[in-house]
Order: sequence, then C-alpha cells, then structure tokens
Amino acid sequence: MDTAVKAKDYASAPINSKLSKEQKLDLLRGMLRIRRFEQEALSEYTKGKNMGGFLHLYIGQESVAIGACSLMGDNDHVITAYRCHGHALAVGMAMNECMAELFGKATGCSKGKGGSMHFFAPDKNFWGGHGIVGGQTPLGLGLAYGLKYKGLKGAALCFLGDGAVNQGCFYESLNMASLFELPVVYIIENNKYSMGTSLERSSVVKDCLAQRGEAFLVDWAQAGGEDIYEVRAAVQTAIERAHNSSKPTILELDTYRYYGHSVADAKHKGGYRSNDEIEIYKKDHDPIQLFKRRLIAEGLLTEEEFEKLSDDAKAEAKASVQYAEDSPLPEDGAIFEDVYFEVDRQTEAGRTGKHFFHD
Amino acid sequence: MALIEYRDALNQAFAEEIERDSNVVLMGEEVAQYDGAYKVTRGLWKQFGDKRVVDTPISEAAFIGMGIGASMLGLRPVIELMFWSFCTVAYDQIVNNAAQIRYMSGGLINCPIVIRGPANGGTNVGATHSHTPENWLANIPGLKVVSAATPYDAKGLMKTAIRDNDPVMFMENTLLYGEKGEVPEEEYLIPLGKADIKKEGKDVTLIAHGRAALTALKAAELLAAEHDIDAEVIDLRSIRPLDEETILASVRKTHRAVLVDENKPFCGVSAQIAAMLQEKVFDDLDAPVLRVTSLDAPAIYSPKVEPKQLPRPQDVIAKVLSVC
Repeated sequence: MDTAVKAKDYASAPINSKLSKEQKLDLLRGMLRIRRFEQEALSEYTKGKNMGGFLHLYIGQESVAIGACSLMGDNDHVITAYRCHGHALAVGMAMNECMAELFGKATGCSKGKGGSMHFFAPDKNFWGGHGIVGGQTPLGLGLAYGLKYKGLKGAALCFLGDGAVNQGCFYESLNMASLFELPVVYIIENNKYSMGTSLERSSVVKDCLAQRGEAFLVDWAQAGGEDIYEVRAAVQTAIERAHNSSKPTILELDTYRYYGHSVADAKHKGGYRSNDEIEIYKKDHDPIQLFKRRLIAEGLLTEEEFEKLSDDAKAEAKASVQYAEDSPLPEDGAIFEDVYFEVDRQTEAGRTGKHFFHD
Repeated sequence: MALIEYRDALNQAFAEEIERDSNVVLMGEEVAQYDGAYKVTRGLWKQFGDKRVVDTPISEAAFIGMGIGASMLGLRPVIELMFWSFCTVAYDQIVNNAAQIRYMSGGLINCPIVIRGPANGGTNVGATHSHTPENWLANIPGLKVVSAATPYDAKGLMKTAIRDNDPVMFMENTLLYGEKGEVPEEEYLIPLGKADIKKEGKDVTLIAHGRAALTALKAAELLAAEHDIDAEVIDLRSIRPLDEETILASVRKTHRAVLVDENKPFCGVSAQIAAMLQEKVFDDLDAPVLRVTSLDAPAIYSPKVEPKQLPRPQDVIAKVLSVC
C-alpha cells in the first residue's frame, strides 16, 4: 500500500507536522520495541519453562498505544485491559521489569504478583493492566474524577477492546462521564474479535461501536489505527476536549491483532478467521511497515537505519530475557506482602488484630 | 456525653473527617440533596456543598469503580450503598479492583476507600434487600470488614475507617439507625481489629457482631436474672482484621462459647470463629461450640414471621442452657 494515495494525509495535522525527525524515529522505535519484546516473550512462553498463565499479544496494534501515549502530558493518565504490554512500554516502562514480571520474578514491575495481564507504573501515570473485560472502565472514570476534583488539566485515557463495549459497567461509566463532565477518553481498540467471536456475531450494529456514545451525548469518532499519524491526530482531538472542556470522548480505532486472543487461542488461524485475512493485514496494514515506508518517503530513514532500529529493539528484548532469567523468584513470605498497606508498613493499624487466617 | 442516634454518630464522623481532610468525599445514591435514604448524611450537602457530598445515579458498578479509580490519585471516597445487598451489581469492582489492586501492583497502588451502608435483615423487604455480606467480603484478602453495634462504636470506627489506607467495608444496620447511645463530645477513634467486651462474665462467652451483639447482651441479662448464668459478651466490631486474642482469652476463662450471628450459618463469620476456637482452645472447652445464626433460607418477607428468622434472645438462651 502506498501511503501517498491515502485519502487524507494526517502528517499535516498540527500535532504531527511539528514533530522533529528524532521524535518521529522515537515513534517507530517505540513500535519496534513492543513488537520485539513480544516476539521474545512468545518465544519464551512456547518453551513452556519460564512463564505460566495467559499471554495476550499486542502485535499488530502497536501504533495505537505508541501514538496515543506519545501525546501524554504530566496530568494525562492511562489505564487498559489485559492486553497491556504495549501500553506499558509506551508509557516508558522498561523491558526488564516487564519481562521479569512475565517470568514471575521478584524484579518484575509487580514483583511477580500480577503477571502478563497486570502491569502497573503509577509513577508513569500507568494504572494497569486489568484482567476482567470492561472492569477498568469505571476506574478510568475515577481517574478523570480525581483529576477534576484536584483541579488538574488532564485526561484519563481508558483503553478497551471491541468485546468490552458489551459490558454493562461501560455504559454506567459513559452516563456518569457525560453527566459529571469528566475528562475521560475511552479508546476502543477494535481488533474485530472478542476472543473467537467476531464483531459480526457480538454486536447488533456492525460498522460502528463508538456511536453507542450518542445515547449519553458523548462525543465520538472513528479513525484508522494503522497509521500512527492518524492515531495521534484523533487522540489529540479527544485529549484537547478533555483538557479544555472537561468532556468525555469515545474514540474507536480500527486495528488488528496478528496472534490469537491469547497464545492459548488455537483457533485464531483458519478457525474463526482465515489465514488470508491475517496475511492481508500483515502485508498491507502493518503499522510498523507503513510508518517505515512513510519515514523513508519523508527522507528521514533508510532501510539500513530501520534494520538497525529493529535489531537494537531485538537485542534489548533478548537482554530483558536474560535479566528475567537471572532474577530471583519472590520469597515465599512475599505472598503476604502488598495485601494491606497498614500491615506492610507495620503501622499501629497494621499491628492490631489478625489480618491473615491461614494458620 | 451526649445521647445521640446511631445515624447521627455516623453523621458526625463524616462531618469531622470532611473538615479534617480535603480529600474525603461522600458519594452515593441520595446522599446529598435528599439527605440520605436513611438520613445518615442529612445536612452534610448543605454544609459542605456539591464537591464534598455527591449524588450519583443508580449505577453501583460505575460509582464504586469511580471511587476506586479516584482513590488511586489520592482521594478518600466514602461511598454509600443504599443497601449492602446492592454490592452484588458492583462485586467485580469491589472484589477484583478494590481488593486486588495493591497486591497485583506489587504494592505500588493504594485504595483508601470506605464502602458503607446497612447490611441486615429484619425489615420485611424480602431476600434481595436483606443480605448480610460481611462473610462474602471478609473472605477476600485485601478487604477489611467492620460492623458497628452502637452509636459510640459507629462513630469511632467510621473515623478510623476513613483514615485507614486500605479498603474498608463498613456494615451498618437500618434497625439501629434510630437507636440512641452515649457519644463523647471530644474526638475519639476506635482501632480496627479490637473487639469490645460489652459485658464481662465467667460462665460462657457470647461472641457476636453488629445487631447480634445487642441480642447477645439482652440474652445475657435474662440469663443472669432468670438462670443465674454470668455470660460474657464480646462484640467483634471488626471482622477482618479480627481480635483473636480477646476471643481466645475469654473462652479460656469461661470454657464455653456460643456464637450469635445474623449471617447465614454456611461459611458465615461464626463458622470462621468456631473453626478458630477448636483449633486454638480445644483443651480449654468444656462443651461444644454452638452457634445461633439466621435461619438458613432466603429472608422471608412475612412481617410476622421474619423476626423468627434472625437470632433472638430466647434462641441464644436455649443454646446457652444446653451447654451450661
């Protein structure tokens, strides 16, 4: 696909036209880091030795997290669901702490207590990493409430999938966001499948999910998710609405995951979707390849430089595997740490009464 | 000391904590302009305004989740459930978000919220409105569960709950809101995890929480007057954390225990206490540990019948007489 023939060129959107070469390369680097990180994670997962549980890969959707998070200011916050590795790296978390978390190590971002679905970095305004579909949508509302309560000009970017739009708490949250005028941006990453159920089979309206916001007078938009310039332009509009008029937005971004719902999803290839469909996305809609071509066309990148960026990301990912392997497991006693603040701190409250009942 | 209603003791706790800490915000259905469905928050909206006392739509999942999310940024929401029975529609937010966020983030995130409201049967509102979910919630590590029987305890425990840095589930009782009790003029706090010996005794220990503690007290009076039995009454006040020491010390002294609990019997709070007693003071016991709980069926509506479903003093007396 030639980016030159696109109907609208988002490179000229104000938020993109002012990007420096280095900033543009950072966007590409960010996407490559997610992809390389997850490729290494998948390789480790399939060895069956170091990881357990689920592994929901974000590969194919990198432009969404990187594009959106590249717009964050000091008072902008992010929360997402269980497919959270991309957002974690996008807000600036290190590969080491993320890979170590997948390995269940004490050096993981959640000390090995959360796993793949539960990455957190409040110091980077990243509030998870949530396992229950749609369960994070009221929390995103709460982040926006907290911002408004404190009089801060910020936005809560709350990511959710196309499957999550069918959860009730999302609608309760939309009503309250609109009623209370809260600066929350619900970003639906529409990758077309809620596990093995296609959008066709899960939504009565097939071509638009964001439109559901109309019932609550919430401004909404649909945009393409494969072009990182378009993602940035669309998210920026929503962030400005949040900052300047403290109003919510629903933004639906069209995207695609190359792997299954999780790695355990055996039917994603030739089952509920065809191999051809996957190959078309990889060939014509890959956000990294599209942006690579774009930057080459802009004269900011060569093939060799791209390979170097890709190799650097791969090396960083491989080093994170080594870091995770070399890291210690949590001590058995850690099972009872981080349950209660007051107990951890051994405050008077934490020392009063019995908090645990296993003996 | 002033003699005030249970609801006003709570009201004082809210007013004092709103004044003390700018991050404390009350929210829930009808808590502001309506003055509270049970008038627990009456006058607070007029006094403190829209920012600190917030009416919400009937959207328990959203406003409890919103409170949890806001607490991650440092607010201290005190969230009313008009009935604790309604926690079922917000259960994911309470169980998966409030209770787990600290653990799953490896201690990076706190959730200093209070969720509060009445949790009792006995008001002829049918099974859906009569749940006593303290055992459901105390089953979840990460949550704290508190139950107040008197105005004094309600105020002191609520102030502590609001200042606590963990999520506290606070159980009140519509049948107690109008009950009066003495509350000091000066500020006081009651720690979580400290039971209260409501009456000392030497022959048998009655262990209860919430309104059941008052039922136990009434039973103890009658046991003394009519049967010459000197019962000790322990009010747990806090279920998790639990004051194990006070319970065990009392049973070591009296050698007998009867548990009084408005929870249902299966895996109820009293089941936990009974397990603890047989594990830790088996050799001190002179009789089996017995329980008086709500009858094990959904709460019946019929106004003349429902009182029999909850523990009554005569039920407690009958159990005590069978072991004394």
